Amino acid sequence: MSAGPVSTGKAAGEPENSEPRSTVPAGAAPASARVSDADQARVAGGSLAQQVAAPSLAGGMSGVASPVVPPLRKRRNVLLWLSLGWMALVVLLAALAPVLPLADYSAPIGFPRADPSGELDQWLGLDNQGRSVLSRLIHGAQVSLLLGLLAGVIATTIGTVLGLVAGYFRGRVETAIMFLTDVLLAFPPLVLLLAISSILRPSFNTLLLGLTVLVIPSFVRISRAQTLNWAARDFVLAARNMGFGRVRIAFREVLPNVVPSVLALLPTIVAALIVAEGSLSFLGLGLPAPTPSWGGMISDGKDFLRLDPQLILIPAVAIFLTIFALNQIGDYARSRFDRTVQD
Amino acid sequence: MQRHVATSPDLREFRMSLFVLSRFLRAALVVLAVTLLVVLLMSLSPGSVAAVILGEQATPEAIAELEREMGLDRPVIVQWFSWLGDAVTGDLGTSPITFQEVSTAIGERLPVTIEIAVLALLMSLAMAIPLATIAARRPNSATDRGINGLTSVLLSIPAFVAAPVFVYFLAVQADLFPVTGWVPIEDGLLDNLHTAFLPALCVALIEVAGFQRILRADLGTTLREDYVEAARAKGMSARYVLWRHAFRPSSFSLLTVAGISLGRLIGGTVIVEAFFSLPGLGQLVAVAIGSRDIITVQGVVAFVAAVYVVLNTLVDLGYGFLDPRVRTAVAR
Repeated sequence: MSAGPVSTGKAAGEPENSEPRSTVPAGAAPASARVSDADQARVAGGSLAQQVAAPSLAGGMSGVASPVVPPLRKRRNVLLWLSLGWMALVVLLAALAPVLPLADYSAPIGFPRADPSGELDQWLGLDNQGRSVLSRLIHGAQVSLLLGLLAGVIATTIGTVLGLVAGYFRGRVETAIMFLTDVLLAFPPLVLLLAISSILRPSFNTLLLGLTVLVIPSFVRISRAQTLNWAARDFVLAARNMGFGRVRIAFREVLPNVVPSVLALLPTIVAALIVAEGSLSFLGLGLPAPTPSWGGMISDGKDFLRLDPQLILIPAVAIFLTIFALNQIGDYARSRFDRTVQD
Repeated sequence: MQRHVATSPDLREFRMSLFVLSRFLRAALVVLAVTLLVVLLMSLSPGSVAAVILGEQATPEAIAELEREMGLDRPVIVQWFSWLGDAVTGDLGTSPITFQEVSTAIGERLPVTIEIAVLALLMSLAMAIPLATIAARRPNSATDRGINGLTSVLLSIPAFVAAPVFVYFLAVQADLFPVTGWVPIEDGLLDNLHTAFLPALCVALIEVAGFQRILRADLGTTLREDYVEAARAKGMSARYVLWRHAFRPSSFSLLTVAGISLGRLIGGTVIVEAFFSLPGLGQLVAVAIGSRDIITVQGVVAFVAAVYVVLNTLVDLGYGFLDPRVRTAVAR
């Protein structure tokens, strides 16, 4: 009877075990039993509701061994808000790129490698073909973010379901899925991407395919681990005793509890995907010219390193800040939603 | 240390070897599946190897003729079996572009890649271990959080960003290192390290954060143990307790992660090899991909994947040999 943190069952007569923890009255005798129960289960993993509810419960019960709850992290918030702000800015600029009063990213508007000046299009100077660096930076963000997010979201969906099926149904299905995961993980990531984009010719769709395949294993692994943990809980047993089918239990009882941990991994994975896309573009196997991308801008600029370092430093700073911000958001999300990283 | 295990030594040894055997069997299966996937992937390629060999002027008949000769018109599965049969004997085929045997090409370039990978691993460990021990001394202090921030910064510098930026500041501006190029190890170790330093540093940065965090977490746990408290109570200095009592039992996860990183680094030096023009495996693949040399790509990808799987399996098993707790848990 360790209380399920996320309410899933909506059917009439649903037992109280699937109610959110916070509704359990503090100090009630059954609740104290639940605390020690949950405390043990927590070793393998837990959830948001438990963390939030536990201190208030522990406060109300003297004499019961109080669960060890790590202090909430308040200090990182400045960096987190800065990161969120930067990502909001990048996403906004990328989304508005077509309507912003920017020069065409593929047409020269002045002398090659002109220095930055007062005009909006020339704020960051011009590249080696006389095109606006600002315009290319913003349009490049569009491509990188769109690819990273799309691949991340598709991989999350596929990976979560595969992990859930492997972790809940076990047996041969699990063996097959985990074997495939191992095989995919055995490929050196960049080499796999290189091979895919060289065989299928680089385009938005082939890059999306390659990037998605690349990160599915990470999601399968975390989803399976979380499923194994949640499927062993009492509220799942209760649902089974009520006669629910295996598929319904897997998707309605277990899945909602698995999702937070999986989603918490998403920002970090999107960061990795943006790096992968940038690496490909850097090697000349990204989207074909003249579509701008941050990796491609660095690659174009590296021949003019000596005299015009701003051509690589500007996209380098943009990439660094974006990856850093996504990693910060990812760290926070995992410390908040994924119990396993806190200990 | 093994006396308290209930099972007899013979049985334990038998179970241990069974475990080792099953791990190797699994690794072999994964490698097999990887090669199948590589062959399948390559068969998706629009232009066949025969078309590449004959050039753009070749007639469709001539291409079909050569495909028949090379056995490329057979089903993919049959091609996989024949490729596998050759690969087991060490024959990965011959490049139709450079006319060099793929296994020879790999042998020539492997040392460069391994050197960069090992150097990068050592560099990141040299940064991560001091940072982790300093941070673990006072958990959640300003120092700990500062170090965590620093590793977060390092984590956000991908190799393709680090390479041109470092070259600009350390090679162009400061003239400390050559911009690009490679001096083989036979021509002098110092010169060789001089050319290998920047490329290794570029791939090392990202690894630091992972190493530092895992060691810091394990050290934090170990330093809360009673025996550490006892050592402190005996009057031993904090430094002595940290290095002589806490470090070794805290380093197992780090070793595992480092082993896996080494495997990943061997496949992950493509960027720096291309940028610094180093004659390694990554450059071999990049050039082969550029010239649509499918046979070479196939051979190198399969080889790198095999190395990665074998390294991971060895790390898995090595973990058991290093840590008696894991060993007895498996044996029981």
